Amino acid sequence: MLSLLRSLWEVFRHTFTRRVTVQYPEQKAYLAPRYRGRIVLTRDPDGGERCVACNLCAVACPVACISLQATEDQHGRRYPEFFRINFSRCIFCGYCEEACPTYAIQLTPDTEMGEYKRQNLVYEKADLMIDGPGKYPNYNFWRVAGVAIDGKDKGQAENELEPVDIHSLMP
Amino acid sequence: MRSSLFPLMVIVVVLFVVLNLAAALIWVERRLLALWQDRYGPNRVGPFGLGQIVADSIKLFTKEDWVPPFADKPVFILAPAIVVATALISFAVVPFAPGFVIADLNIGVLFLLAMSSLGVYSVVLAGWSSNNKYSLLGGIRAAAQMMSYEVFMGLSLLGAVMLAGSFRLTDIVEAQRGLWFVVPQFLAFILFLIAGAAETRRLPFDLAEAESELVAGFHSEYSGMKFGMFFVGEYIGVILVSATITLLFFGGWLGPLLPPAVWFAVKTMFFICLFILFRAALPRPRFDQLMSWSWKVMLPLTLVNLLVTGAIVLVRS
Repeated sequence: MLSLLRSLWEVFRHTFTRRVTVQYPEQKAYLAPRYRGRIVLTRDPDGGERCVACNLCAVACPVACISLQATEDQHGRRYPEFFRINFSRCIFCGYCEEACPTYAIQLTPDTEMGEYKRQNLVYEKADLMIDGPGKYPNYNFWRVAGVAIDGKDKGQAENELEPVDIHSLMP
Repeated sequence: MRSSLFPLMVIVVVLFVVLNLAAALIWVERRLLALWQDRYGPNRVGPFGLGQIVADSIKLFTKEDWVPPFADKPVFILAPAIVVATALISFAVVPFAPGFVIADLNIGVLFLLAMSSLGVYSVVLAGWSSNNKYSLLGGIRAAAQMMSYEVFMGLSLLGAVMLAGSFRLTDIVEAQRGLWFVVPQFLAFILFLIAGAAETRRLPFDLAEAESELVAGFHSEYSGMKFGMFFVGEYIGVILVSATITLLFFGGWLGPLLPPAVWFAVKTMFFICLFILFRAALPRPRFDQLMSWSWKVMLPLTLVNLLVTGAIVLVRS
């Protein structure tokens, strides 16, 4: 009986405590920079596409929501012909970001993706691509990779030695 | 002023206020529960979320009014009407201010008890006509609970009746001019408060609904405005019990400065909020606990209170 009175009093005291609700559309909760939200495709600092269409993200994706087609441009750079993420399937696990060798695919702290039509949740490459480099501002894949493209032969990348001439006997 | 139209006017006013208050109580309850749980509750529709009342009403009125094919149709339709009707009829004897009463019966208290007893039929018939085992269990529980709680609910009021020497509610209020009956009848007040919560099937005592055990108890099969009637009936019941407590133990409309009707409204609102606080704070007892509590503790206490009050009244006179 006393415990009932006590719990009545304890509950009544909450009249004067602060409410914990975040009034969502007006107030927003803080989302950390590494929050796993909407997926974007980023660009190199010089504006080129980072994605090399290696398909690792599509393989890593546990719900198979990423689909893409690789192709090559006139400079010998691989890039995705199309890149499609079905966000109605995506579980925002971030495995694609972990798998990506070029920091191209990144998750952002944005969760406001509500749509009235399901089809609108299928994002094409134009919807995914952003103008900046995302979380890795100085990384430029084509400048550090050993792949030969137009204007950069083998051995000319940053921190890369000239290729060894395996036919020469000199050390 | 006392023309033949006056009672009609009172009826219109009482119906308007009570029905609107019952609808508004849904909002009040949700806001208060939210307050005590450190939330906001409905605050989006209109100022302070008051538009929620309108939105809920529109929703209930436009929902499909479905009668399950296995139900006993006439009884199924009749049951929700009974709860609202009996609760509303009870307001006929409630004096809101001196002279402002529909029918100042000389057996007002008995009339109140009789009408609240009739309200049980609604719950039992709803549970039975739904032809659903959970509904039936809810109905049976409601019948057992309300019968056992009604016994000492009626007896706990008799102390106040003895002190006032009348069953007429107006006389009972007038008899409290010197001292509110809550002081000499404190035990009866506590008992009636508990019985009132049980009588309106409000949480701690909502074993007839018990959504964690019986889906929704007696109104599992109800939808649309039929469900709304049970809802409104429950809230009218809360208003009625609060008004009864105010009349019998807290001096009804008596009070300094403010007009009588305002005093009555303030006191009634206080008890409505207290019932909501019960809901926010107290867990539901087990059914056997509920029954043994009623028969083994409450009833003897009420009888003792009645005996002592009777002895004191006898010695004084």
